[in-house]
Formats: sequence, C-alpha cells, structure tokens
Amino acid sequence: MYRRERSIPLRGSAAPLCNNLSVLQLSARKLTYFGVVHGPSAQLLSVAPEGVPLAQRQLHAKEGAGVSPPLMTQVHWCVLPFRVLLVLTSHRGIQMYESNRNTMVYWHALDSGDASPGTWSGRVLVFDIPVKGPNIILSEELAGHQTPITDIATEPAQGQDCVADMVTADDSGLLCVWQSGPEFTLLTRIPGFGVPCPSVKLWQGIIAAGYGNGQVRLYEAATGNLHVQINAHARAICALDLAPEVGKLLSAGEDTFVHIWKLSRSPESGYTEVEHCHGECVSDTQLCGARFCDSSGSSFAVTGYDLAEIRMFSSV
Amino acid sequence: MSVRTLPLLFLNLGGEMLYILDQRLRAQNIPGDKARKVLNDIISTMFNRKFMEELFKPQELYSKKALRTVYERLAHASIMKLNQASMDKLYDLMTMAFKYQVLLCPRPKDVLLVTFNHLDTIKGFIQDSPTILQQVDETFRQLTEIYGGLSAGEFQLIRQTLLIFFQDLHVRVSMFLKDKVQNNNGRFVLPVSGPVPWGTEVPGLIRMFNNKGEEVKRTEFKHGGNYVPAPKEGSFELYGDRVLKLGTNMYSVNRPVETHMSGSSKNSASRTQESIAPNPLAKEELNFLARLMGGMEIKKPSGPEPGFRLNLFTTDEEEEQAALTRPEELSYEVINIQATQDQQRSKELAQIMGEFEIMEQPRLSTSKGDDLLTMMDEL
Repeated sequence: MYRRERSIPLRGSAAPLCNNLSVLQLSARKLTYFGVVHGPSAQLLSVAPEGVPLAQRQLHAKEGAGVSPPLMTQVHWCVLPFRVLLVLTSHRGIQMYESNRNTMVYWHALDSGDASPGTWSGRVLVFDIPVKGPNIILSEELAGHQTPITDIATEPAQGQDCVADMVTADDSGLLCVWQSGPEFTLLTRIPGFGVPCPSVKLWQGIIAAGYGNGQVRLYEAATGNLHVQINAHARAICALDLAPEVGKLLSAGEDTFVHIWKLSRSPESGYTEVEHCHGECVSDTQLCGARFCDSSGSSFAVTGYDLAEIRMFSSV
Repeated sequence: MSVRTLPLLFLNLGGEMLYILDQRLRAQNIPGDKARKVLNDIISTMFNRKFMEELFKPQELYSKKALRTVYERLAHASIMKLNQASMDKLYDLMTMAFKYQVLLCPRPKDVLLVTFNHLDTIKGFIQDSPTILQQVDETFRQLTEIYGGLSAGEFQLIRQTLLIFFQDLHVRVSMFLKDKVQNNNGRFVLPVSGPVPWGTEVPGLIRMFNNKGEEVKRTEFKHGGNYVPAPKEGSFELYGDRVLKLGTNMYSVNRPVETHMSGSSKNSASRTQESIAPNPLAKEELNFLARLMGGMEIKKPSGPEPGFRLNLFTTDEEEEQAALTRPEELSYEVINIQATQDQQRSKELAQIMGEFEIMEQPRLSTSKGDDLLTMMDEL
C-alpha cells in the first residue's frame, strides 16, 4: 500500500527523543517543511515535491541561565487559524519563531528554581497568541499533572457531542482531558498503568494514546472510556500522528516498526473500531519521530536514532 | 536530561573495561598473581567509598573526552601501563559494548539488570578479597536504594540520556561483526524476533470494548515481527537470576578484541564539530574531574613490584600503526584547558593528580594529544 521514496538527508542524526519530527505542509506553495532535533539544535528543512531538498537551516536552543549549553527537547510547527509559529523547547525555556524567518518572537524561560535540572513540574502553559506580532502572553498555567508532560493534542471542538478539545499526557501515563473556553476546564482524567504515554492525538472526540509498553489505546474523550486496545509494538511507542481527513492513525515504535491504522465508528453501536492497514519495518533503526505529510495520509515520514536522514513513504 | 545517569554509565563502562583487560591479561600470558593484582587494584579504586559518593551525586553527564580521562586514570591504578593507542582502543570497545547493551535493553529499567550483571561478574574477579567484595556489595545497595524506586518514565529518560551520549558512535568491532550483532556500516542489528520485554504483550491483537468495559470484538493483525512472550522477569535482588544476558562477559581468551575505525562516514561532520570546536565546558569539566578523581584513592605501589605494559593489539607494530592511522575525527583530543583562566582550579587538580604518583616509568608519549594528566603534572 505504501512504498519507500527517496530519503531526505539530514546534517545531523535525529536525537532519541519522542515525537522527534514535525511536518508543515504549505500546499499553496507545494512545499513541505520538516523539523528534527539533534543535540542543542533543531534542523529545519524545506522540501519540494518528489522529495527534492531545497534549503536547510539550524536554530539553536537559547542559552538562558545555567552553565552547560542546553539540549533541545522538541521542535514543532503550531498551526493556528491565522498564523503558523515554530516552537522550540529545551530545558531552559520555550522559543517561538515566525515559521519562515529566523527571528524569535517570544522567549519564555522556565524556572531554574526547580530542585534539580531536568525536573519537570507537569505544568501546562497556555499562551495567548495575537494575530501577528510578538505580543505573546502566558495566560494560564494548568495544573493536573505531577510528572513531566510528554505530549499535547488539540482539536477544534465540533458540535455538541464533542466537548473536549485538548488532551495532555505525561510520563506516568496519565491523560488529562480539557475543554477550552475563557479558561480551560478539566473534564476527565484517564489514569496510567505504570508506563509513560509519550504521544497522544485527538480526532473527532476519540483520544489515541501510545504507551511505553507498545500499546495504542483509544478512549472516548468525553467520558474517558476505553474503547480499543491494540498490542501494536514490541517496544515503547515513540510517536503517533493522525491524518484527520480520513481518520488514519500512524504509530511508530522503538521496535523499528511503523503501523498505519484506520479509525472508524461502527454504524450499529457507534463504538470506535480499528483496522490495521499497513506495516513497515525500518531495519535496525530505533524510530523516534513519525508524521503524515498531508492530511489525507497519502504519505508519511519517519526519523530514527543515529539515522541522518528522513525516510519517506507514499501510497501507491 | 536525567541527572541520575552517571553512576549507571560509569559502572557499566567500568565493567566492560575490566572484561577487556582480563581478556588481554590472559591473552598476553601475564602471570596469574600480577593479573589478579591489576584487577584487584582497579576494582578497589573504582568502588572506593569516597569516589562512589561523588559519582552518585545528581549531576549532568559530561563529554566522552572528560569521562575517558577518568578511565585512563583508573586503568593506571596499578602496575599496568597502556599506550595511547591501546587506551583509545580500550575506550572504543567499552563504549560500543555499552551502547549495544543500552540499545538492546528490552525495557528501559533493564539497564539496571545490565549493571547488576557487570557487578556480579566483577565480584567473580575479586572472590579472594573480602574487603573489596564488601565495597561492591555496598555499591549494589546504593544502586538499589536510588534506582529501585524510579518510575518507568524516569528510566526512559535515563535511557535517552545514555543514547544521546552515544549518538553517532559507529566503531566497528570485529567480534560484533562476526556474531552478526553489528552491520558493516557500524550500526547494531535490532532483531524483530524473540521475547518481548516484561510488561509488553506480543503485538498482533486488537480488542474493542463497549461503554461498560466489556470486550465486544477481537481481531488480529500481522505485525511483521516474530515475537514470543517474555519468560520471566530478571531479579533485582543482591543475588538472583538476571535472565538478561546483556552485560555478562562476552570475551574469552580465544576471541581477540579488534576494532576497525569507521573512518569518514556520513556522520563524521557532526563528530568533528564536537572535537575541534572550542570547548566552553572546559572549566565545568575540570571541576567535574577534580571532584571525581579527588575521591579516587590510588594506593602507592609498595615494594619493587615491576610494572608492565599491556597491549590491546596483537603486536607492538600493530599498536604503533594504529596510533598513526587513527582518523582525525575519531581522536580523543585533549580538553582544551585555559590554564591561565582558572589557575586556582588547575592548581587544585594538579595537587590531586600529584597524589596519584604511579611507578616511575619512562613516559611513552606516542600520540600528539598528551592527555590532561600529563599537562597537569607538568604545571
């Protein structure tokens, strides 16, 4: 169903962090942007159709307080209704850039008052982003987690049935489901079971969560009920992604496998169902990031530890 | 990243070092009593209480260069001497072996079992020395105390910190190549068969539930691997079946330990940057080394015990050749110390180094990068 395409070379291999690949598609300009973390920097590439690499640049984690140069932890393109921001995180803080320029528009330093470096408090920071300009404000800090946050998923609330529009996951496997509004309200909590939840996605009121024991679980966001449990990988899951147009879910694990799943609702019961579509083995590579490259899920990309390229696949 | 990584890194690398030295001592036919003395001296220095205290303090990992300096000092804690080329090779073997073990650990927590495997074998080397045995057991207790209660998420972070430390290291080791655990491009083979980690189910099953939590449908899918359930969990007790083989001694007299320098690979660019760029961490690393080695209590050799040189290669000519042909980007350049900037620290370090007087041997400075210790001794 999918075949391998030409790989995109990276200047430095991908760091072994979860969710270590961000993709931004600019369909109008027929360009795709990729972001991968390597050590203290993020590598950003722009690629034309057929995987032809155009340009590469690197952004470094801001030094901030502290002695050693910080390692970057995540790079992500945040697509907002009116603008796209490139967000870089490190242990020192959060940097936000205009998506196509190197100018930093915002820097939020994280407390160095934490007991020891690397202790994450589990706070979720909510920023108000204006339509343009650097006037970004930290508007809320949500409490709900006690261990470091691993991933955040959002979806515009649709209709009366879907009230949840944000899910946060943490190192203990706990999921918090929130509703947006003038302030965020905690709707429900889905407890963990002894393993971290490194990646979480939200689609039409369904939460897809990938866990450190290789399982993918699907929950109903409004109630927190478990609907599907997939023994998907033989090692920890490192990344999940969704193709919202078709309800396809992508899971990548440290077991070298990528799997694609089709989500649907049973017409009789209305319960969530899952079907396996495709599996791919990226030999001898512990994966660390995976994304669909378009919202219809017709192509996807993966990164792996020690791998100095982005592996590309597209459907036949 | 995790501030609890250094003890695991240090003990496992130290364990690998002892395995290799033990193999070379036997291969070079060093008399039994001398070989035992060397291992005893190194192990007793490694597990010294003051040293362990410094090691177990929560701290970030320092560079491979800084850590190598500690092992070089440790390797010279006895009557044995290593030339630069042999020390380089030793460090390559140690790091590649532990990188392999971390990568193949089924669960992040299993790195603790790997550590226990190393400690178990180390105890085998010093069976006749109850005092050193006690030191090792004490370290065991410390490990259990600190790591026994860590969550899966914290172990995952430790694992990531270790993998970042080993990123882009692809030295080919002939034993790994022969055993087909490493490919010709230096990457390790990640098998897609065998037992799943303890706590993971064999992939292939999809279960669907209704709102009451009752299973309503069950399907299977083909996942591409060939996995079986985990047989049992390894023991984290002082004594017990670890189940995991990673971290046990894979060397024997008949398996020579050769390495091949990967030379210029795609990733050499990123590694060159690490070694030639001015090192802003030099001062921090000096502090780290001073603290760590300040805790090392190296006994002055008593009596006229003659020292000897250990060769990690099969002949002296091979060793010389290796020193000359080591690729630029893989050389462990000395930490660029701005001695003038931090004279106080340098003086302290020199004092500590001075306490480590080993046998007066003609200094065989074969490589162009004399190490930190030499520079400090000459201050």
